[in-house]
Amino acid sequence: MAEKSRERSSAAQEVLDAPGAPVVVFDHVSLAFDEKVILKDVSFTLISGHTKIILGASGAGKSVTLKIILGLLAADGGVVWVNGERVDQLAEEDMMKVRADLGMVFQEGALFDSLTVRENVGYRLYEESDMPLPVADRRVEEVLGFIGLGEFMDRMPSELSGGQRRRVAIARAMASKPKILLYDEPTTGLDPITATTVDDEIIKLRDLENVSSIVVTHQLRDAFYLATHTAVKENGTIRVVPADAQKAEQAEFMMLRDGFIAFEGDADELRHSEDEYLKKFLS
Amino acid sequence: MSFIVDELKNGALEVQEYVHLCARAFRAMVTPPTYRYDIIEQFDMVGVSSLTVVLLTGFFTGAVLALQSGLTLDQFGARPVVGRLVSASMIKELGPVLTGLMLTGRVGSGIAAELGSMVVTDQINALRALGTDPVRKLVVPRMLAGIVMAPVLTVVADFVGIVGGWIVASFQLQVASGIYWSSILRALYMQDIWMGLIKPFALGFVIVSVACHVGLRTSGGTQGVGRATTVAVVTGSVGVIAVDFFITRILISLMY
Ligand SMILES: Nc1ncnc2c1ncn2[C@@H]1O[C@H](COP(=O)(O)OP(=O)(O)O)[C@@H](O)[C@H]1O
Ligand SMILES: [Mg+2]
Repeated sequence: MAEKSRERSSAAQEVLDAPGAPVVVFDHVSLAFDEKVILKDVSFTLISGHTKIILGASGAGKSVTLKIILGLLAADGGVVWVNGERVDQLAEEDMMKVRADLGMVFQEGALFDSLTVRENVGYRLYEESDMPLPVADRRVEEVLGFIGLGEFMDRMPSELSGGQRRRVAIARAMASKPKILLYDEPTTGLDPITATTVDDEIIKLRDLENVSSIVVTHQLRDAFYLATHTAVKENGTIRVVPADAQKAEQAEFMMLRDGFIAFEGDADELRHSEDEYLKKFLS
Repeated sequence: MSFIVDELKNGALEVQEYVHLCARAFRAMVTPPTYRYDIIEQFDMVGVSSLTVVLLTGFFTGAVLALQSGLTLDQFGARPVVGRLVSASMIKELGPVLTGLMLTGRVGSGIAAELGSMVVTDQINALRALGTDPVRKLVVPRMLAGIVMAPVLTVVADFVGIVGGWIVASFQLQVASGIYWSSILRALYMQDIWMGLIKPFALGFVIVSVACHVGLRTSGGTQGVGRATTVAVVTGSVGVIAVDFFITRILISLMY
């Protein structure tokens, strides 16, 4: 019975699938660990197909925000909607269904170090789906090809460089074709050239696979790169090129500070902000 | 004063979390999905990895038992019953407890370190994000392996202990082999065997469940993993000896 009432009406599904639908909604969310208040009052909305770039100093609560979306942490107050489901009160079993549409790239990759690259990338397909083995294998190869790491299939994560590990983590997150991808500092600790290859993957996924994404970073270079570039497919080859103004508007910036959202707007507004803290952060 | 209250509160919370984890694990054991390959892998890990250390401990324990009881028995001129003493001590007490302690050092520490490092590197969160319940995937296979392999290894330890005693008895104490083995067989009571077999089930469960609990509650980076490993070994060892006492107490009133 409970199962039945959870099912979504076709009308509701249509609204969710339409362009401009809100896929992640934070409504006055708060969270504290013991005495330490991390999020005081955070509200934002991620629109389908858009990119939300969350900036903030270390310890500002960026990772915590992503973990609340995934249901890995429970908020103390406020309401969280993910993909049309209210998740802030959801039990772990019910949360698993919501997570099927979510992909997460953890801060350090969080690859399973006892599994090969192939097993990592295909984890969800092999372990948590009824997908026949050959189909899953093909999908893993396709995803690793997309990310340009086809020949590393049988390596262990410990045999990869930092940049390769991040890309494998992205491959793992995208393998089951989620609608929403969450990236936690995907380029932190990488040199600028490697960071750009990771950014390109994020852009390709967003523009060619049409996923909505939330990117947490404190590297402005990468944030602006993501906002101002787009991926295009021209006779079979994928290229990342500077985006037009309309595309750039689909990347929304937001700055977390002291438990509140200190800034919300697009790349231009962020660049020209008069706020002292933002200026310091930007310089 | 408030320090003591805090400690008590933390302790109670810890116990509550532990019981909660055990309950979740038991529920996961009897409901789908199960991760078969992980279960097989853990049986192999737990059983094979501890075999050598259990063989060595069992052998030398049996041998030293024979030496010591030989001395004592001589005072009563009862040297020929050395086999009986060795087997009774091994089967009822030393086999289960020493195997339990070896498993704690070998398996318990490994589990706490592995799960602990998975926690601090977000791999546990990654599992959950990918739709897997870590209790099903990680805790259940380890618990099953612990519960099944502890008795198996205990039987092995009992056997090599008795063999060790036999070697000492025949070469050092000059007790004829026939007398040694027949004194064992004559004194082998069913209750002793039951006691020797029931204990390791419980000990295996205690060792692995404590290690899983401690590992999954790791916090504080790499240092935290080290701390979790130590806590798992210390708590597991004390747990083995304490649980052994209580089971002995219960079984004596039930069976003898
Ligand atoms: N599970 C937890 N228990 C206690 N404190 C936590 C936990 N997770 C995060 N914190 C604290 O919350 C704050 C924000 O963490 P986080 O979101 O990881 O920061 P960042 O913005 O750098 O990603 C940090 O001060 C961290 O110590
Ligand atoms: Mg973080």
